[in-house]
Amino acid sequence: MIKSSYLIGAVVLVALPFIGVPEYYLHLLILILIWSYIYTSWSLMGRFGLTSLGHGAFMGIGAYTVAMLWNFFSLTPWIGIPLALLFSLVVALLIGYPCFRFRIVGHYFALVTLALGEVVRMIIMALRDHTGGDLGLTPERYHGGTSVFAMQFADKDTFYLVALLIWAFGIWVWKKMDISMERYALDAISEDEDAAASVGIHVTRQKLRITIISAVMTAFGGILYGQYQMYINPHTVSGVGISLQIVFAVIAGGMYVAFGPTVGAIITISLAEFLRVLIGTGMVGLDNTIYGLMLILFIIFLPQGVLGAILERFSKNGNMRALAPAERKLKQE
Amino acid sequence: MFDIYLLEAVINGFLLGGILALLALGLNLIFGVIDVVWICYAELVMLGMYTVFWLYAKFGVPLLLAFLAAIAVVAVLGYLVHYLIISPILGSAPINQLLATGGLLFFLQSFTTLIFGIEFRNIGLRLPVLEIFGMYISFARLLAFGTALIAMIVIYLFLSRTYTGTAIRAIAQDREVMVLMGVNSRKVYLVTSAIGGGLAGLAACLLTLQYDVHPAIGLSFGPITFMICVLGGLGNMIGGFIAAFIFSEIIAIGGFYFQLEWGYVIAFAVFIIMMFVRPQGILGSRS
Repeated sequence: MIKSSYLIGAVVLVALPFIGVPEYYLHLLILILIWSYIYTSWSLMGRFGLTSLGHGAFMGIGAYTVAMLWNFFSLTPWIGIPLALLFSLVVALLIGYPCFRFRIVGHYFALVTLALGEVVRMIIMALRDHTGGDLGLTPERYHGGTSVFAMQFADKDTFYLVALLIWAFGIWVWKKMDISMERYALDAISEDEDAAASVGIHVTRQKLRITIISAVMTAFGGILYGQYQMYINPHTVSGVGISLQIVFAVIAGGMYVAFGPTVGAIITISLAEFLRVLIGTGMVGLDNTIYGLMLILFIIFLPQGVLGAILERFSKNGNMRALAPAERKLKQE
Repeated sequence: MFDIYLLEAVINGFLLGGILALLALGLNLIFGVIDVVWICYAELVMLGMYTVFWLYAKFGVPLLLAFLAAIAVVAVLGYLVHYLIISPILGSAPINQLLATGGLLFFLQSFTTLIFGIEFRNIGLRLPVLEIFGMYISFARLLAFGTALIAMIVIYLFLSRTYTGTAIRAIAQDREVMVLMGVNSRKVYLVTSAIGGGLAGLAACLLTLQYDVHPAIGLSFGPITFMICVLGGLGNMIGGFIAAFIFSEIIAIGGFYFQLEWGYVIAFAVFIIMMFVRPQGILGSRS
């Protein structure tokens, strides 16, 4: 039953570009898929109380590394992407290890990662002679614009299928994580680190592993975003704004269910587009004003997110094992 | 070789440290008492700066009066942040409270963009620059440093000498027991939030003398204030005070040799190294 509905969903999604969906909607779908993938990557660690407010850092590292290697050294993204992912892995390790080794959790962790996101933005700005600073960076077009070598695709159909594949990969990782032993270990760690350590869980290693997975996947999302938009800007791929946007969308959709981040992406992107079409671009900041307000209301009234709340209501047995422990104490005593 | 410009940078960095220490004090006070980090703290400062700008530059209210009004406005905002956002979710996970104020950060930043636009605005007041031994020291910075120092002393006296201040310190030490002792924790939280807001308002007044205000100005001070608080140990007011000067010097000297942004980057690198060395903060004794 569930298997077949997944199959039907997959067929419909793959068929979409071939049945003549208008360009504009295809564009929106691609954006939703890319962002859903990034949000899913964040929720991999976010659901275990590892609230990173600096995932923009990894997006920025990914997007800028690949684009700059391409522009300055004509290095194909086929080589640039592994290098960028390696780079983001090193950064995640550098931040994660001291944090987890010395038990920087909860507030401390959120603040440290917030600073990280902002510092990456500052480095991009400080290197403005090469990165373009505020003006952003445009990867150079390769000949006609479509090239597998340069990973540039002028038509949206190809990119849609690529984005779909990546998104499905993100969901697959999430599901794999959800049924793994590591998930129980991390759940235990987020409940009580000392107790978890006392039953033989290697706290630092477990946390570091999920952080690196999440960071590298996010960096890949940043690369994908850059290759699709063919324009990156320190404010749209890095810094506090984008990092908070990631957190907000995941909370809105639901952090503890597989498709929660995807629902979050659908909500936020369609809201932004709806407002843009409705009132034009005259009122800069209106969409973010509404996001901010919604984020506050969601955390107060619906902390499990839209999809989380819906699934909770309709689940037959009433106890969703995937949902959050209601009162989680992150406070270190 | 003695470099007079370097000394000038060091002194200016020291003066900047005063304001950063004031910001860190407000944040630490709130964290120490309520156990909540206001991610939007620097955005409250931004609103205070806009208040000064509006009253002084638009309506011609005397500057001192505009300053007092800004402090009052931000104090009321601080009160409201606690009353409307924090207190309904005081019982849930601390990280939720932090995220809710993150939503407020988003909201305030975009809302001010909506109302004031993204233009840089200043109050059009230029204070003289003092020349001492061939060094140029901004009078505005000196004033800000002095005021911040006085404000910190006043807060210290308030916390140690008054009844309410004692209650605040007691709550910070043990949240559960003090309620049993008959302290109205709700009232103490609200008073603390208002004081924290007032400090942000004061910082805003001092900053309007030196910087242009724009909706994203909070980002210039927010992350650095958080790093200061973590380095000093969250809730540790003296640690935050020392850390503020360490950071402002790193930024000033880094900015002197390279660029301002690199100053911040170096500060962050130092911060990461310090986490390896003293994860509990420079003065902290976290168990």
